[in-house]
Parts: sequence; structure tokens; C-alpha cells
Amino acid sequence: MDNLQELLAQGQAAAEQAQDIKALDEVRVQYLGKKGELTQLLKGLGKLSAEERPAAGAKINEAKDALQAVLDARKTLLESAALNAQLAAERVDVTLPGRGQTPGGLHPVTRTLERIEAFFASIGYQVAEGPEIEDDYHNFEALNIPAHHPARAMHDTFYFDAHTLLRTHTSPVQVRTMETQQPPIRIICPGRVYRCDYDQTHSPMFHQVEGLLIDKNISFADLKGTLEQFLREFFEEDVKVRFRPSYFPFTEPSIEVDIDRGDGRWLEVLGCGMVHPKVFEYSGIDPEEYTGFAFGMGVERLAMLRYGVNDLRLFFENDLRFLGQFN
Amino acid sequence: MKFSEHWLREWVQPAIATQALCDQLSLAGLEVDDVSAVAGDFSGVVVAEILSAQPHPDADKLQVCQVSDGQETFQVVCGAANARAGLKTAFAKVGAVLPGDFRIKRAKLRQVESFGMLCAEDELGISDNHDGIMELAQNAPVGQDLRQYLGLDDQIVDVDLTPNRGDCLSIAGMAREVGVLNRVPVTPVQIAPISASHDQVVPVTLIAPADCPRYLGRVIRNIRQGVQTPLWMQEKLRRSGIRSIDPVVDVTNYVLLELGQPMHAFDLEKLEGGIQVRRANAGEKLRLLDGQEVDLQADTLVIADEAKALAMAGIMGGEASSVTDATQHLFLESAFFAPLSIVGRARNYGLHTDSSHRFERGVDWQLQRQALERATALLLEIVGGEAGPVIEALSAEHLPQVPQIRLRQSRIDQMLAMSLPPAEVEEILGRLGLTLSKTESDEWRVAVPSYRFDITLEVDLIEELARVYGYDRLPVKTPSAELPLPPISEAKQSVQFLRRHMIARGYQEAITYSFIEAGLSRQFDPKHEAVALANPISAEMAVMRTTLWPGLVKAVEYNQNRQQNRIRLFETGQRFVPQAQGLLQENVLAAVVTGTRDAESWCAGKDKLDFFDIKGDLESLLSLGGCLAEYAFVAAEHPALHPGQSARIERQGKLIGWIGALHPQLQKDLDLNGPIYLFELSLSEIQTGRLPRYEALSKFPEMRRDLSLLVDQSISFGAIREAAVAAGGEYLRQVRLFDQYQGQGIEPGRKSLALGLTWQHPSRTLTDEEINNSVASVIAALNTHCGASLRD
Repeated sequence: MDNLQELLAQGQAAAEQAQDIKALDEVRVQYLGKKGELTQLLKGLGKLSAEERPAAGAKINEAKDALQAVLDARKTLLESAALNAQLAAERVDVTLPGRGQTPGGLHPVTRTLERIEAFFASIGYQVAEGPEIEDDYHNFEALNIPAHHPARAMHDTFYFDAHTLLRTHTSPVQVRTMETQQPPIRIICPGRVYRCDYDQTHSPMFHQVEGLLIDKNISFADLKGTLEQFLREFFEEDVKVRFRPSYFPFTEPSIEVDIDRGDGRWLEVLGCGMVHPKVFEYSGIDPEEYTGFAFGMGVERLAMLRYGVNDLRLFFENDLRFLGQFN
Repeated sequence: MKFSEHWLREWVQPAIATQALCDQLSLAGLEVDDVSAVAGDFSGVVVAEILSAQPHPDADKLQVCQVSDGQETFQVVCGAANARAGLKTAFAKVGAVLPGDFRIKRAKLRQVESFGMLCAEDELGISDNHDGIMELAQNAPVGQDLRQYLGLDDQIVDVDLTPNRGDCLSIAGMAREVGVLNRVPVTPVQIAPISASHDQVVPVTLIAPADCPRYLGRVIRNIRQGVQTPLWMQEKLRRSGIRSIDPVVDVTNYVLLELGQPMHAFDLEKLEGGIQVRRANAGEKLRLLDGQEVDLQADTLVIADEAKALAMAGIMGGEASSVTDATQHLFLESAFFAPLSIVGRARNYGLHTDSSHRFERGVDWQLQRQALERATALLLEIVGGEAGPVIEALSAEHLPQVPQIRLRQSRIDQMLAMSLPPAEVEEILGRLGLTLSKTESDEWRVAVPSYRFDITLEVDLIEELARVYGYDRLPVKTPSAELPLPPISEAKQSVQFLRRHMIARGYQEAITYSFIEAGLSRQFDPKHEAVALANPISAEMAVMRTTLWPGLVKAVEYNQNRQQNRIRLFETGQRFVPQAQGLLQENVLAAVVTGTRDAESWCAGKDKLDFFDIKGDLESLLSLGGCLAEYAFVAAEHPALHPGQSARIERQGKLIGWIGALHPQLQKDLDLNGPIYLFELSLSEIQTGRLPRYEALSKFPEMRRDLSLLVDQSISFGAIREAAVAAGGEYLRQVRLFDQYQGQGIEPGRKSLALGLTWQHPSRTLTDEEINNSVASVIAALNTHCGASLRD
């Protein structure tokens, strides 16, 4: 009992000097463990008289609490130091690139095609697809282009035999839809098309999106409104749009649409028109009851205008350095 | 069609300038492709006469000319061989400015002074001709400004006419259109009948009256030879892109351009008996004007005499009966050939002529007499001669019918979404030459003129109304519609979704041509004879792909040649596979990878990829539908793939695609860096997935046991898993392979596999005994079916 204060002072000093959690714990065991030096003092209380015992016990417990407080404080300090050391050791260079696969990207033609599809899908057009090797009937005849029609010269066609060909437009898909479905019809037909022509501005394979809307009371005004809006939204610019009379055997009236993006040059971007009554008749739709419009656009052309691509051939070389620019 | 603006303005005088006129034509559907000046920009050039030409004292190739402008005489040194006394030519005086801002100054050429320059056509931007200085007509007025004399302040307008507007393939037709658009009168050329001065005729028989319902002819006797076509006619022809040949041919070409009627002149002396218009006979041959001899096809209409075919009707004349320098008497033809009798024929012979171009599209069937009279008048004026009577062979019943079209105000209003006043309807159509008669208060019957082959239906009339009224002035709105919801299958994966998954796995989308080289196709897919194009653009694009691999592998080659070594590409598109029951056009998704597993970086990029990298990509794609367990990879050989690294991809036993390493021999033959891994599979087969279905979660613990096995190397993990699953009982939930080893410590030909088996019961805890029994069955089954033993 006499050395209580001394023991406390020794214990406190030892705690203060402990350099890690383990050493600190040893100090705790040495003084406060079951056989610890301060704990032992409690056991010696039995030797004291009943009057002396509470006061002496209280003193020892006070000393134990005091030492525990120092131990706790030291422990907090040591833990915090250890954490800081760990954190310092675990520092990484956050500027290093992350691990794993870098994503690829969509081809610019697909990207453009999906964008066009999205506009029309959002106003209720369904996507329709069809075969690329077509028959003469669906590619030409049912579109009011009989054999030897001068308009066939406008389509440089790839043939397999006299009746089988690579579709020159996606219009056969429209015909196939009209054959099997009664109006109202709202479809767009994206896909590959083929023309026997190859130079800087012509590719023997390219992509088209055609659209067809047939319903009661569809007018020229609906066609103008739809395409004018589409072109402005597609380019996200207030482009000037011009409708110019033209000729396609499957529409009457027929129209070519030009845009001016502010530089005073008119660029032809799509062809369209009111569906020709003969096309309706071929497909079993009553032209007196229904009217409709159809339009077609070259996807590569729109992609070139939108992304500033200046050479059509780039789209089919699949150069990773080119494709990567659209990721 | 090309034409001179001056020429057009002789017929019609709208009060607008060239550019406005061109814009107007384009917006009326007659698209102006190009406008170019007839000559370069120059001034100070006059018509002059060379009075004398003497050799230069000091230069072999130069001459010293005395040149008169009618008032003064100038000394000019000239290098052209055709400079000679008496020649009328183009003279650029000192101070003149030639194209390119080239100013003419006084000069000394080898000590001789020169005051100006005698000009060749190319120096004035009139043509590319540099064969000496210009040779003007002998009656050219000396001293007159050359621009004025030749009418060079003119533009050549090139209009790209659509096939329906054959009626505009002439000055008369263009003038008619311009008149309508500007509401100004058109002044046609005056054509008066020429009375006969002799009575010689050539009888004409229409043996094929449906092909040629009208044929007019006339004999012109005793024309002068050696006459030059007048400059004004030569210039008009030139500005329309037609070269002057001789006066007779020039006149027929002139009438073609002016009125739109193709004509032909025969040398009368070469005709044997009367003219017959008939289809070609079997085996008949004809040497054409361009010198080639053709075997006439039975569907070809010919102009023949009693002995032989003379000309391919409406397409091209024959050489033997053509007009030559020696021709004295002409037989002049002006006929109407039905478009359907001409259409496509010229192309069958590889021909395309100004005549066939017009007949195919339709020539005014009431124009023949006028054209013949016009040509006669021009010929008499230029080459003289005596005209005979006009004879006409006609089969009126075969002439085109004048369509009578019902036009309803209500239909106009509906189509255009506006009410076009009846007076305006009548006015527009009337100006276009259509005849309207009111049948009801809001209906007309409309008769179409003989030159408009494109108007047969009510909608054609509405198109004319819209076009002339102006597309840009018509109202604009957006459609209103009923909007039923479309069906959308939740279990179906869209192509867009699958594409994006490939992108997330590091693939770049490619688009390759659908046609490839035949040899390459055979290298990849020898079992299928690819469908071949009849008219391919090149041998590299000759047959339709039966697989997307050749295109993708070519794209790998392209990129490897450009120092790209890590390549990951995919493509979606159709393949064209010939099959017993016909051609299968199928949408597929294909991918190719080569190079390192990861992009080069501080932590990766050293490992080459292997089969399991691309298989992992594919499995992740297949798992999107939630039915990965339905797919199986079955070792099998494919001609394009490494026999030890290739598999059929099956879904519930059905072949849906292939995966594997490109065959090393093929890789070597194609000169590629490898290895290269590929897969391709049917899109529709992988788009269908399943709708998720909830199963109660087990609250009871999972139990796991690991087995270490030794089996022959040839035993596949697939077989082991199948045997284990079959033997493990219904609560065996998973069989996972967590290690595979062969090499040191393992008997050669054997491999060590480490399996982790997991059990779980939905409603209770499984006992040790149950697990032990299941393990024992698995071990026994593996031993029986796979020859597997437990590793010590």
C-alpha cells in the first residue's frame, strides 16, 4: 500500500513509453492484469481492518482508473499513428490509368442510323427490315418501274440473273409491308443497299433509311412538316430546308429536299414524295381511301455532313484510327 | 440538256437575270446542274482581215502580218501556220484584255514590232482548240467587236432533266416551261409549209404500225455540195454540246434541239424502192453510222427499203444510206416512234443517242409535220435544192390516246392541305397547255397535250399544280394519328443492346462489304458455293459473303498493315448461304480479336489472348438473355479454324454458330499476324431470352466439398461436369472447376482437375451423410464415365 503512488507513477511512465499496441498491452497486464501489480494490492486488502479497507480500496481503484486513463489515451494515440502510417504506406498514384477493357464504339454509320431510327420511333414508326437479295418485282415493278423504264438507268443495279438483284433501295421492304398489312402504316426501313457505281462520291454499298406513312387524309403538308422538323432536329441546327420538285416513279408528286446550313450552299439530303396510286394498287391498298408519303435518305451522306467526314470510302476501310474517333 | 440562254430568250423573254432564271427552273423541277459562260472574259477583240502575211526575216515559224480592222492597218507578228492573206480572224488590239487578265501590249519579236495579237479559240476561252488562229466566215464584218459578232455574252445552261420530262428536251419545251413560270408569252419560230417544186416521193409502208404510227418523208433534190453550215447555227449547236458535221446533219440536229423532233436524212440514191418500217428480220445485220456492225435483234424497229435495213429506227442511222459529201438528193424522215418500241433497245446495243433519249421519253406525236417543214426551210436556205411533196404514212388507231382526266377540287384540297382557288387551278393548267372543261361545280375533265407523256392520272395534275404554285408556298403541318401501343417482347434482346454489350467488352464495330472475292470465300467456306454477281464491279467484290469472317479478317489485315496490333472488331449484317431449299439470308453477329489480352499499360498488356478470352466475351453476350445454360460449346472442326481450337455453338442441340482460332495455315496464306480468334452466330437465335421467374431463397446453409481428380487429358470438362451433375442428386447446385494442372508430378497423358461442389436444400439443412453419399456417387460416376481417380 505504501508504494501505491510509486507504482502508479511507474505504470504511467511505462504506458507513456510504450511504442506500440503490444508493448502497451504488456504494461496493462503488468499493472492491471489479474496478477498485475495494482491488482495484487487489492488482494492485500484482506489484511487490513474493516475500517481501513474501504478507504484503501478506493485509493487503489482510483490509481487503477488513473492508469487505465493513461493507457487508453496512449492506445488512441498509438492506433491513430498506426493508421496514419498504414495510410501513408497505402498511398497510390491516382493518375495511373484504370485496369480492364477499354470500350470500343459504334460505327459512325450505325450511330447515325440509330439516331434517325430514334426520331421516328419516338413518333410511332416501327422498324421494318427485309432481304438484301431481292427480286425484280419488289425492287422495281411493284414500285411502278416496269422493265426498260428510263428510271432504271438511275439505279445502276447489280444482278444475279434476269429476276434477282441486290436491292438498290430499301423500298422493297415498304412493298413487302404494304402487301401484308393494311393502313395505317408507319414504318422506317434501314439497311444496306447496292448500286453498281464506285468512285470518290459513290460506294457500291451504302445505307439508306426509308420511311413510309399511310393513313387517311395524309397530305403534302404532313410530309413537309415531318421532314423539315426531322432535318432541324437531326442536325440540331436551324437549317434552312428547301423542297424541290423531282421525279421518282413511285411517288407523285416527288420531291428532293435541300438544306442550307448557313453558308448559302444548298445540299441535297433526301428524296421523298406522296405515294403513287399505282404503288398502292400493286400492294392492294385503295388509293381513294388512303394517301401517304415516303422518304429516303442516304445514311453515309448525313453522317458525312454531321461529322465532317470528307471521303465516303473511309466508312468501309474499318481503320481503327478512323472508327475510334466516334467512340 | 445543254442549251444557250440566248437561244432560249429568242423564244421567251422573262424579265429575270440568268441566276434567277436558273433558280426558278430548279425549283420547278428542271434542275440546273451548271451554268457556264460561252467564252472567257475578254475585251478589245475585233473581227479583222489579214491583208498580207510575210515570213519573219529572223524566225522560221513566225510571220509578219498586216491586219486591217477596217479603219487602220496594224503590223502583227503571228506564229500560227494558218495566218494568211484574206483570212478573217480574231484580232486583239493593243490594250485588249484576254482571259486571265492578260493585257495586250506593244511588243518586239526578234526585232520586228508587233501591235496586237491574232487569237486562237482557246486563247479566248471559247473552246480547247489551239489549231491556229480563228477562221471566221468570209462575210464577217471587219471591225465589229468579236463578242458582239459571235454573240459571246451568252451562258450555257445545263439542265439535268428527270426521265418524265421528255417534253423539255428542246428549246421549244424549255421556253414553254419558262413562259408558264413567268406568265409571259412564248414566241415560237415561224414555220410555213413549203410547197412542192417536183413530185418525186418515196412510198412508205408501216409494217409495224403500233411501233411507228406516223411516218412523214420528203424528197429534196439537187442540194449544193461543199457548203458550210452558217456560223449562227454552228454556234447554237456548239453551245448545246453538238459538233457541227455537215449542213444536212446539222439541220436535222438543229431541229432536234429546237423543236425536240429527232430526224434523219438518207441519201436518196442509196434507197432501193419504198420505205418500210418494220421489226428486224432474223439474222439481219446493219452497219451503223458510228462504223460498228450490229446483229439486229428481233425486237428492234428498223427503217428499211425493199432490200435491206437502212437504219435503227429512232436510235441511229446506217452507214450505207447516210448523207456524204457527194450526196445530191435527200430523203428526209420525220417520224413518231412509240416510246415502248424504243425504250431499252439502244442500251441493248450499248448505244445512247440524242434521238433514242428523246423517243424513249416520248416525242410530241403531233410535231412531225412541223419539224419536217422547218428542216426543209432550213435546208433550202443553206444547201438549196428542190423540195418534193410531204408524204405521210399514218395509222391513226395506233397513235397515243389523249388522256381525259377527272380532276376534283376536293382531292386537290386534301392532297395539298389547302384550298387552291378554282380560278388558279384553271389558270396554271391552262398555261401548261392542258384543256379544262367543268363537269360539275367542283370537277373538271382535263385533256392532256400530245407532248406530255407524264400526265395520265389525277395525281399527275395535282403535282403540276403544286409544282407551278411552288412547293415552298404550300402549307406545313405534322401528321395526327391514332397511336396504339406496339408489342414489345421483354425477353427479346434488341440488336442495339447486343451491339452495346460488344462495345463494353472492348470491341469496335466494323462495316465490311457484303460482296467479297470468290477465292477468299472458298478459303473460309469451301462447303458453300457463294452466290455470284452477274455484273460485279471488280473481282474483289464478286460473290456474296456466306460468312462475315473474310471481311473482318481483311479489316484485321488492313489495320495490321497500319501498325495496329491489338484488334477487336465485330459486325452485324446479313450472310447469304445457298441451301438446298433456297438461299438463306440471315442476320448474324461476328467478331474477331487478335493481339494482347489487354491494351498495353503499366499493369497489363503483356499476355497474348487465347481461345478462352473470346469465349468469355461470347459467354457474356449469351448470358444477357438469361439462358446461358441452354448453350453448349461442342468441339468440332471447321475448314477455316484450328482443328484443336474450334467449337460448334449449339443452343438446345441446334447449331447456331462457330467459334475458334483462325486456322494457322489460312492465317499464313493470308499473311497475317496471329493467333486470330473468331466467332459468328445467328442473331435471331441469341436475341431470344427468358422472362425472369422468382424462386424462393433458401434460408439454409450451402455446403461445399472440393475434389481433386486425375483424368486423361482427352476428357473434357464438359463431360466431367455432365457426369457430376447427373450423379450428384437434386440438391447439388454447382460444379465449379477451380484449377487445372498437367505437367510435373502428374503422369504424362493425364491432368489434374480441382472441382468445387456446392449443395443446398431449399427447406432444411443437409446432413453430413447426405453430402457424403452424394460425393460418393459423383466420384463413382466420374470413375465409370470419365476414368477419373481421386488424387492422393
